[in-house]
Parts: sequence; C-alpha cells; structure tokens
Amino acid sequence: MIRKAPEPVQVVRQRRDDALRALVDSVPYIRFLGIHFDRRGDELTAILPFDQKLIGNPILPALHGGVTAAFMEVTALIVLSWTLSWERMENGVRDVDHWQGKHLPKIPKTIDLTVDYLRSGLPRDAYARATVNRSGRRYASVHVEGWQDNRDRMFAQATGHFLMPEQDG
Amino acid sequence: MTEMTDEQKIKVARQFMEALPHSHHLQMSLERIDAGIAEISMPYDEKLIGDPETGVVHGGAVSALMDTCCGAAVISHPSVPTATATIDIRIDYMRPATPGQGLFARAECYHVTRSVAFVRATTYDDDRDRPVATATGAFTVERTTRSGAKS
Repeated sequence: MIRKAPEPVQVVRQRRDDALRALVDSVPYIRFLGIHFDRRGDELTAILPFDQKLIGNPILPALHGGVTAAFMEVTALIVLSWTLSWERMENGVRDVDHWQGKHLPKIPKTIDLTVDYLRSGLPRDAYARATVNRSGRRYASVHVEGWQDNRDRMFAQATGHFLMPEQDG
Repeated sequence: MTEMTDEQKIKVARQFMEALPHSHHLQMSLERIDAGIAEISMPYDEKLIGDPETGVVHGGAVSALMDTCCGAAVISHPSVPTATATIDIRIDYMRPATPGQGLFARAECYHVTRSVAFVRATTYDDDRDRPVATATGAFTVERTTRSGAKS
C-alpha cells in the first residue's frame, strides 16, 4: 500500500494563514480597532495594539470600556468562526480558496455578551483568547479572557452566546 | 468634596463625556443629559461595519455606544460623585441595525447604593419602536477624592 506523501509544511501554513486573513481582514470594524491575530496551530491570540483613540478616561488614562467589550466580542466571533472553518479546512473542504472577495464564510451572530471588568485597562497592548465551551448546530457559548502585561492578571473576561450560521453544504 | 448643584453636575458630566477620546472617534454626540438619564447618538460610518456583505454595524460599536451612555447616566445621577467605572455590562442584541442609519442610545441609572450604580440602556436606529439592543450594567460609585482619601 502506498501512503500519500504529506503536504509540504509551507502549503499547509499558507492555506491556514490565508484562511485566517480572509476571515479577519474582511471586517472594517476590526481594522478600525487595529486588532490582529497570532496563530499557533489552531490556537488564536487576539492582539489589540495600544492607540490613543482607544482611551476612555484621559485622566487615568484607561482603555474605554466599550473598546474592551468590542475586543472581547471580536475575539469570541473570530475564534468561533475560525473553529468552524478549521474543521472544514482540515476535512478537505476547500471553500477557503474561494473566500477572497465575495465568498466569505458566514459569521455567527451575537445573541448576548456579558463583560466582566476586573481591572482598568492600561494604556498598553491587550491580548485575548477565547474558548468555545459549547458549539451546537444552532447556538454556541464562548468564553473570553483578556489580559495585558501579565497573563495571570486578567483585566476583563466575557461570556457570549452566538447564533450559528446556516450550513450550506 | 464640595457639593455641586444638579445643574453643575450635569455640566461636569457633559464636559467629561465630550473629553473621551474613543467616544470622540466614534463621533458620539450627547443629545440629552439629566439627573440619572443620558441620550447619545452615533452616526453610521463604514469603518464600524461588522458584516461586510450587508453593511451592518459591528456589535462591538453598539457595545461602545451603550457603555458610554450608561457611564454618562451614572455620573449625571445626583448621588454619584464625578467618576465611575464599569463593573459589568450585559448586552442583548435584538436585531441587526439597519445599514446606513445612525444609532441612538438612552440609558437610565435607576438605583444607586453607597458603592454601586445600576443602569439599563436601549439602542435604536431610525425605528424607535423596535430596539436594536439592550444593556444592563453595574457601575462603581467612586468616592475617592484626588488626595486618595475616602470621603
């Protein structure tokens, strides 16, 4: 029996990076906030580089609570979409190749989001990771942890529920 | 801390809101501020789009609007000193905002204890009969003066 040769690592990496880029870069609001994603295998870390326009209270100064909420929501949505895309990609469903332009994957819709503000957001870069705790056919529950200088000191956490996109094939 | 009249408080609250850089970038505009009540509008802008296929505004921008509006309602409340911070906020999204329409949020600070202010808010687009999103939040009541002493 002849075993199929594994795909070259560059090809796999390129495909995964392209898929992630297509998912993130298509959303104007993510660009406005300046959020980008670091990928290690299937694990994503959202990065929000500090910018003056993200400040809420200029006296402290601190990140705007709305920015923190938006950062949590963007992370939850991208990680959830990514988890769905990853499965399709790894199972050989190559619709990823058609994502450029009009044929983007359908993004889940937020039903609700609860944000817990644990510390005030410092005027520094912020990071977040999301865990998909339940992903059903119609609904998903996602938890997000946000931190800044120190991974063990979260500045915010959030839980959200999402309506899954209709599967088309 | 010297006591301010309600009128002075509202003036301070207005100045405070207008000085927030992020709110300024989202072009938020304070439409009304009264004792424990705030109304803020935010125009439609392509940079706020969350779904590029439909042009619907991202939920995060709606959250930013309501968090700001809730904060404004808290600091305009007669029994809250001039500062507050969000403890938590829950946002429910009823429907996508109609693309091209601006958003309008109204927040009410309905109860204040020594340490906590309770707020609820609703966001609408041009259709004021069907809310786009609602929020409920708990905010801190900051009683620390500039010198660090508790008043």
